[in-house]
Amino acid sequence: MSSLRIEGVGKSFGELEVLRDLELTVDQGEFAAVIGPSGSGKSTLFNLVSGLDHPTSGRVLVEDAPASVESGKVAYMPQKDLLFPWRTVLDNTALGLEAQGMRKKEARARADALFADFGLDGFQKAYPSQLSGGMRQRAALLRTVVLERPVLLLDEPFGALDSLTRTDMQLWLADMWQRHRWTVVLVTHDIREAVLLADTVHVLSPRPATVVERIDVPLPRPRGAADFTAPEFAATERRVLETLRGTTAVKAA
Amino acid sequence: MTALLRSLWPPLLVLTVVVGGWQLYVSAAGVDPMTLPSPARVVEQGWLNREELWAQTLPTLQETLLGFALSFAAAWLVAALLDFSSAARRGLYPLLVASQTIPIVAVAPLLIIWFGFGLLPKMLVVTLTTFFPLAANLAAGFAATDREAMRLLRSLGAGRWRAFRLVRVPSAMPYFFAGLRVSITYAVVGAVFAEYAGAEAGLGIYMQAQKSAFRTDLVFAAVGVTAALSIALFGATYLLQRLVLPWERKVGK
Repeated sequence: MSSLRIEGVGKSFGELEVLRDLELTVDQGEFAAVIGPSGSGKSTLFNLVSGLDHPTSGRVLVEDAPASVESGKVAYMPQKDLLFPWRTVLDNTALGLEAQGMRKKEARARADALFADFGLDGFQKAYPSQLSGGMRQRAALLRTVVLERPVLLLDEPFGALDSLTRTDMQLWLADMWQRHRWTVVLVTHDIREAVLLADTVHVLSPRPATVVERIDVPLPRPRGAADFTAPEFAATERRVLETLRGTTAVKAA
Repeated sequence: MTALLRSLWPPLLVLTVVVGGWQLYVSAAGVDPMTLPSPARVVEQGWLNREELWAQTLPTLQETLLGFALSFAAAWLVAALLDFSSAARRGLYPLLVASQTIPIVAVAPLLIIWFGFGLLPKMLVVTLTTFFPLAANLAAGFAATDREAMRLLRSLGAGRWRAFRLVRVPSAMPYFFAGLRVSITYAVVGAVFAEYAGAEAGLGIYMQAQKSAFRTDLVFAAVGVTAALSIALFGATYLLQRLVLPWERKVGK
């Protein structure tokens, strides 16, 4: 069963056509990356998948049901960590469950159970301002994962981190995925990140966006730092880059 | 504590210079105490009449606190209403702003005519003078909530009330305390002013009586008590903030 199926989806805001005839399928346990030029409608795609907005044409199906906020099947991790300064780290990670209506005590217990796994043990009572950038992102991911929804939607989760921390976090996420096999849709600008983490990379065209190519990443699992220098890594990276540049070149002509 | 001392000594220095200059001028020029009493005389006479001053302070304090409590409740109610309903925002907000142009000087005597010389008209004057900064700041605080945070909560299926409670109220706290500090400084003056318009007891009516008796020194003493009361209430808002917003203390440590 495919966890996420986007069938011929178009989305326009008045005159502005943002998505056109977009096709994308993600299987259960698959790590998919969506990469595209800036302004290609990635956040629109995100709103459609999370059910915050509805397509003008076509269908977005999550586990064979139309995407909606009410169905509660997609957990969304925004670009900003959005940890609230007035909540402790534990209370922040329990926020998603609380927002769903779970009682505070139970929400805390569930989130607390994941702290060790996310390398945050001992920081339950700290405030977000006391955490490093990488730890904040791990806490934000914990808040997303603890919801146990079938699809994780990650919107440039490491975009705001410095380059070293970002690489650390990418390797950490690769390791976490290896152990948990979440179904992930990762939107990113970072080709390296997409190739390291994903099974498939979907390349978007400029607006109106459509998937111009679906590239399988031939690297074996589990993946780690050594993969950055593997020949297949460089080859896949080049293919993604050429596809991306191809889409913009066609547009410019 | 040292931070408190550091921020206190400059205004204390200025105050000392002003009061010292006033004392020197009055004793050197031999000014009639009925026109301008020396600070030493104000303190001396204030101390001699401390029982009477204290007896007059209590009703003023009572009016201030009760009026402010009413204002506080009304401000939360109205600000929440403005936040939940755009119709209320369009219909009420301009009227709230317009209400600020009504001079209290004109309203206070009317309130006395309507509600008599008791507690209620004074409470209402305090409420009228303190309500607007409180409500306006609170409404602005709700409105300033991070849009991304609201999007996250919506994607989690949180309804308006839950999102209000979990995110909008805590985000508004810094605005709320800014408004609280502005309005609490108006509160005591509002009560004193209301007593001026007609009262059986209180600092306002006491000042008026002493002025008529040419006891300028006791007028000044009452002014001093009023100021001390305002400063104490202003300081109390900082204590309250430390209690309500404990995370602010840990930031930057």
